[in-house]
Amino acid sequence: MSENLLPVSPDAPNRRVIEIDSHAVNLGPQHPAAHGVLRLILELDGEVVERADPHIGLLHRGTEKLMEYRTYVQNVPYFDRLDYVSPMCEEHTFVLAVEKLLGVTAPERAQWIRTLFAEITRVLNHLLNLTTYALDVGATTPPLWGFEEREKLMEFYEAVSGARLHSNYYRPGGVNRDLPAGLVDRIGEWAETFPKFIDDLEGLLTANRIWKQRTVDIGVMSPEDALAWGWSGPPLRASGIAWDLRRAQPYDKYAEVDFQIPVGRNGDCYDRYLVRIWEMRESVKIIRQCLAKMQPGPVKLHDNKIAPPPRAEMKRSMEALIHHFKLYTEGFHVPAGATYTATESPKGEFGVYLVADGTNKPYRCKIRPTGFAFLQAMEHLAKRHMLADAVAIIGSIDIVFGEIDR
Amino acid sequence: MSIWDTTAGHVVVVFAEALALLVPLLIMVAYLTYAERKVLAAIQMRRGPNVVGPFGLLQPFADALKMVMKETVIPEGANRALFLLAPMLTFALAMVAWAVIPLNAGWAIADINVGVLYLFGISSLGVYGIIIAGWASNSKYAFLGAMRSAAQMVSYEVSMGFVIVSVLLVAGSLNLTAIVEAQKTVWFCVPLFPMFIVFFISTLAETNRTPFDLPEGESELVAGFMVEYSSMSYALFFLGEYANMILMSGITTILFLGGWMGPFNILPVLGPLWFVLKVCFLLFVFIWVRGTFPRYRYDQLMRLGWKVFLPASLVWLVITAGVLLATGTLPTPA
Repeated sequence: MSENLLPVSPDAPNRRVIEIDSHAVNLGPQHPAAHGVLRLILELDGEVVERADPHIGLLHRGTEKLMEYRTYVQNVPYFDRLDYVSPMCEEHTFVLAVEKLLGVTAPERAQWIRTLFAEITRVLNHLLNLTTYALDVGATTPPLWGFEEREKLMEFYEAVSGARLHSNYYRPGGVNRDLPAGLVDRIGEWAETFPKFIDDLEGLLTANRIWKQRTVDIGVMSPEDALAWGWSGPPLRASGIAWDLRRAQPYDKYAEVDFQIPVGRNGDCYDRYLVRIWEMRESVKIIRQCLAKMQPGPVKLHDNKIAPPPRAEMKRSMEALIHHFKLYTEGFHVPAGATYTATESPKGEFGVYLVADGTNKPYRCKIRPTGFAFLQAMEHLAKRHMLADAVAIIGSIDIVFGEIDR
Repeated sequence: MSIWDTTAGHVVVVFAEALALLVPLLIMVAYLTYAERKVLAAIQMRRGPNVVGPFGLLQPFADALKMVMKETVIPEGANRALFLLAPMLTFALAMVAWAVIPLNAGWAIADINVGVLYLFGISSLGVYGIIIAGWASNSKYAFLGAMRSAAQMVSYEVSMGFVIVSVLLVAGSLNLTAIVEAQKTVWFCVPLFPMFIVFFISTLAETNRTPFDLPEGESELVAGFMVEYSSMSYALFFLGEYANMILMSGITTILFLGGWMGPFNILPVLGPLWFVLKVCFLLFVFIWVRGTFPRYRYDQLMRLGWKVFLPASLVWLVITAGVLLATGTLPTPA
C-alpha cells in the first residue's frame, strides 16, 4: 500500500488521494500449503490473485553435479531423494537409462518386480497427493485415512528394501534382492481390500458439494496449453490428452499388462483429482496382474561385471570375491554414449538424460523433473482466481520440491 | 427486608450465580477440546490424546498449562492496545452471552424480556474481536482473515435474523424462557425444520467452524487473524471459540430443541440435564462436520448466505406467518 500525494488542486487544498496497490503476499516457503519449500509471491487484489510468481531453489542440493562424482550404483539413492513421494519410480528411470547404455535387459522376474513396485509407488504417490490436496481445500480426514494405507504400502517397501522411504532397491540389471517369502500374498491381500478404501475416500470427496465447488472449473488447463507448457502425467490426461508413457513407450512389463488410461475432459482441479483416483484403481489392476504373472527366477543379471555375485558364492569362489570387490570399489564401466530415458512416474514424464564417457561415473546426468512443468504454469492457472483457489491448484498439480530443486 | 434484597446483596447473588455458571462452563470448554480431539481421532482412525492421565483426561489442563507458560509475543508493528484487547473481547463476549441462557425453568441469571435480541447483539459483536485482531496484528495474513470475517458476518447474520423472527412469530415472545415454554407440545425444529437447518449452518459460520473456518483458513491463511497470537492471548481466542460453540448450541437448543424439556416431556425433573445433553449432541455434530467437510471459499459462503439462505428463510418466514394467520394461532401480546 502506498500513499501518493497528488498535486494540490486549488479547490480542495487538503484533499489527499490514497492509491491502494494490489498487495503482495509471500506464500511460503514455510506455508503449510506450499508442499515443501515453494515460495510463491502472490500479488493480490483483495483476495484475487493478479500474479503468481513461484520461486524455487530452496531445496537445491546439486544432485546432478554430485552424481558426476559417484559410480552408477552409488547414484541410485539420489533418485530416491528427488521425488521422495515416489522413490522407486525415479530409481526406475535411472536404472533403465543405465541398462540402455550398458545394452542389457533385466531378467523377467526383476522386470515384473519393478513393474509391481512402480505401481505400488504410484498408489503411494497419489494417496499422498490426493489427501493432502484435500487438506489444502480444508478436509482434514482424508490425509489420515490415506496415511493409514500408505503405511501398509511402505511396509512392502520395507520388506523388500529395509527402508520405508528411500528404498534404493532397483539396480541396473534388476533389483537388489528377491521378494521375501510371503510378500506376494500380503500384497495380494492388500490389493483385495484397497478398492474399498478408494470407495470410502471418494465417499468423502467425489460427490461432496463443497469439494466440487472448490475444485470444478478451478485452474482450467486446455489441452493445447497443457502441451505448450510441457505437461505430462495425470494433469495432462485430465486436460483430455491420453498420453501415458506406460502405453506409448512401454518399458519393463507394461506391454504385458492390461490397464486403462483415465482421461479427463475439462482440465480443472476436479478432473485432476478424478484422474488420480482412477489411476489408483488401474494401478491395483496392474498390481494384481503382476502378482499373477510373476514366475520364479533370477532377479538380477548373471553377469558379475554388472551385478554382484551372491554372498555365499564369495566365500567359495575367488573370482566372485574379486568381482564383488571391484563392483563395490570401482563400480562397473558404462560404454560411452548418451540416452534420454523417460518413464511415467506417478507425477508424469520423469526423464533422465545420461551421458556416459566410458568410465565408472556418469559424465553428465540431466534430470527432467515432472513438477517443474506444472509449477511454471502456476501463473497461467492461478491468475484471476482467489487465494484459496491458488492453494487448491498447488495441491492439484502435485509438486514435490525434491525433484524440482534437485 | 432480608440482606439479599439490598443492592450489595444482589451483587453478591449475581456474582455467585455467574461463578456457578462460568466455572462449569469453562470446564466444559476444556473438555470440549478433549472431546473434539477424541471424536476427530475416531473419525480419522487415530487414538487422540491418551497419555496425560487416564484416557488422556488431563490433557486439557496440560494444554492450558502449556499456554500459560509460553511467552506472549507482540509483533513490533502491532497496535499493542488493540492487539491485546481483541482476544479479551472475544472471550468476554462469549462469556457474557450466557447471562440470559436459561438452563431450566427460571434458571437464568438475567431473565430479561428481550433475551433473544441480547443474544443476537452479543453474538454479532463477536466478529469485532476477529476484525480488531486482524487489523491490530498488522500482518497481511491476519488482515485477510479479518476481511473474510467481515464478509462472512454480513452474509449469514441477515438470514439468521429471519430465522429468529420466525421463531419469535411462533413463540410470541422475545424471552428465552417463554420461547422454551412455547415448545411444550412440539419442539420448533419440527414445524420449522428448514429454519432449524439454516440456523444450525449459520451457527457453524458464526463460530468460524468448518466448513466456514475461512477467517482461520489453515491452509491458505495459515491461521488467519490468529497468526500473530501466542500464549494466553491465543488461548483466549481458543477458549472464546469453544465457548461460542457451546453458546450457539445452547441457543439452538432453546430456539429449536425445546430447551430443558425432554422428548415428549418425559422426566421433567432432569431439566438441566436434558439441556446439556442436547447441547452435547449439537456439539458432536459440530465436530462431525469438521471431520467430514472441506472448506468453503469466501465468495461461495457469501453466495450461500445471500442467494440460498436469505431467500429460503424469507420465504419460510412468510409461510410461517401465513399459516399462523390462517389458522388463527398467531400469538397475541398478553
